[in-house]
Amino acid sequence: MKRISVLACIVLAACTQSAPGARNSGVYLLLDTSGTYRGELRKAEDVILYTLSRLEPADSFAVARIDTGSFSEKDIIAKATFDERPSLANKQKRAFAQRVHDFIARENSAQHTDITGGLLQAVEFLNEKGTGRKTILIFSDLEQDLEKGYVRDMEVPFAGFDVVALNVVKLRQDNYDPNKYLARLEQWKGQVEKSGGQWRVVNDLDRLDSML
Amino acid sequence: MSMNDLLSITPWPVFSATLLVILLIAVMYFARSTAHQAIRTASGALSRALKIASHSLSHAQERLGERNREVLLAAGREAKERVIEREFTRVGETVRKDLANYPHLHRGLSEAIGQIEKDHQDAVEVPPDPPGWVRAVEAVSKLEAKDGGSEVLADMHKSIVKAHKEAMEAYREASTERHELLRAMMPRWRDVQQLLTQVDKKAESLLTRSAGVDRHMQEYEQIVKREDKALSVLSSSSLVQFFVSAMVLLVAIGGAAINFSLIARPMAEMVGGTSFIGVFKTADIAALVIIMVEISMGLFLMESLRITRLFPVIGALPDKLRVRMIWITFSILLLLASIEAGLAYMREVLLQDELATSALLRGGEGPLENSSLWITTAAQMGMGFILPFALVFVAIPLETFVHSLRTVLGLIGIGLMRALSLVLRVLGNGFRHLGTLTERLYDLPLFVPLWLESRLAVNEKAELPVQDLREVAP
Repeated sequence: MKRISVLACIVLAACTQSAPGARNSGVYLLLDTSGTYRGELRKAEDVILYTLSRLEPADSFAVARIDTGSFSEKDIIAKATFDERPSLANKQKRAFAQRVHDFIARENSAQHTDITGGLLQAVEFLNEKGTGRKTILIFSDLEQDLEKGYVRDMEVPFAGFDVVALNVVKLRQDNYDPNKYLARLEQWKGQVEKSGGQWRVVNDLDRLDSML
Repeated sequence: MSMNDLLSITPWPVFSATLLVILLIAVMYFARSTAHQAIRTASGALSRALKIASHSLSHAQERLGERNREVLLAAGREAKERVIEREFTRVGETVRKDLANYPHLHRGLSEAIGQIEKDHQDAVEVPPDPPGWVRAVEAVSKLEAKDGGSEVLADMHKSIVKAHKEAMEAYREASTERHELLRAMMPRWRDVQQLLTQVDKKAESLLTRSAGVDRHMQEYEQIVKREDKALSVLSSSSLVQFFVSAMVLLVAIGGAAINFSLIARPMAEMVGGTSFIGVFKTADIAALVIIMVEISMGLFLMESLRITRLFPVIGALPDKLRVRMIWITFSILLLLASIEAGLAYMREVLLQDELATSALLRGGEGPLENSSLWITTAAQMGMGFILPFALVFVAIPLETFVHSLRTVLGLIGIGLMRALSLVLRVLGNGFRHLGTLTERLYDLPLFVPLWLESRLAVNEKAELPVQDLREVAP
């Protein structure tokens, strides 16, 4: 009888996935704070709130800024792994939204734009969380502008990641020569897909439902 | 070998084709009897196999029918025994109650009758005494008037008138008294009448019940004698019970689903909203388990109360243990109902919290203050508390459903077997006829050699007597 009870417990434990395991999602949103993109941050807040509303308990979410050197935990504005209990998860979401709101209200422009560093940080963060589905949202014009001395010529391991570029605005020089804009998009797409990731661009923020 | 190769065996394709056809017909003609035998054997084997299968199915159907009949009769007998037992219990209760009252009734009647008798005795009319001096009057009247008789008579007349007046007064008083006594008897008559009406009513009720018992006993006898009429009644009754209980069970499933939705969301707060057992959320399974436990407790409660008889072990428990079980199951149910009411309250709180968060994340205003919110909260709590008790009664249709399901499944099985047996029989016959048809079709291209064969046979028959004669002649 004792053996049967132990066996039943083992079977039940095997069936039960008490850890979130492969079912939860992880989202990392990179926010471009460079001078060319500073004016778009209000839109970014809407995107963050929308993302928060779509996330479930046990999901992970982080918002980080892209500045001169983005490969740093200090650039993470807010991060949370939502509690399994829905009521606590709601509280966490409200606090998260407040932190993002405060940041956007007081943030100054960054001198340079280190997108690759931010992506590396995102990959590291989401791999550490071990979420089932990993999504990196880049809210930027995708124009990388590295400060002298920063080396970002490595390959970022995007295998198993969805990378979504949001609101990729056209720069002044893109209007003169659209090839530059297209080349920029193509370059990032190639970089992501080369290392096994999925690449998408969503410029119409009215159809955010396709984002996640 | 292609068709072109076959047609090129001679330089002329038409000739080749004709040659081939003749060859084929010749081969078919010589192989005719073997081919016919093969066709007959194959079709016969198939036909026999299908007929055996059909017979076997018919036997199985008969056995199933017999088993179904047994099940129906057993179920009917048991149900009827229960009804008769209940009727006898009721009759017994009535008799016990009435007989317990009988001494009181008898005493009441005796007292009333005794009182009436006494009043009657008292009310007997006593005739007034005849006057004692009639003879004296007669003697005086014979006297001469001169002897002073007239004066005496006058005095006597006066005295008589006076006595008469007194006697009349006394008589009137006595009559009044008797009338009073008779009037006092009236309520006692009414009491007697009322008591007799009661007795009549009770006797009538007993008679009605005994008529019911008689009817049930007749039906029971029909079942015991395995009469077809009883079987037909039981069969249709079983079907009706099946559909009615299935409908009530569907309603109960609806109730359970509402109950589930009331407690599934708050369950996520207790067991977490992200753990899974297989492909199902643990919270959902936990909510389902609570509902199942409630239904099980309801079943045990009904069994302990001897309303249902799904578990004979519970029904056969000693009364003391059974009563204990009633209290235990009821307490668990009460506890679960209270938990559900709490969870229903929590659900409302969580819903409001979620609405507030959604409103904040959408960038709009928070949810409007609803002064009537307490009504929905109270309604949810009430439903959470009542539904577990309502689910207790699922045991009754469930028992009926389980019992009638056996019969219905048996009937469906019989129908299917009968249909299959018929199909197999038809197929068997079909194969037999198909064999005959194939033989005829085989002979169709051979009509020329067959015709020649028949002509030859006719000629041989015509020549045969001549040959015989020659053989006989010396």
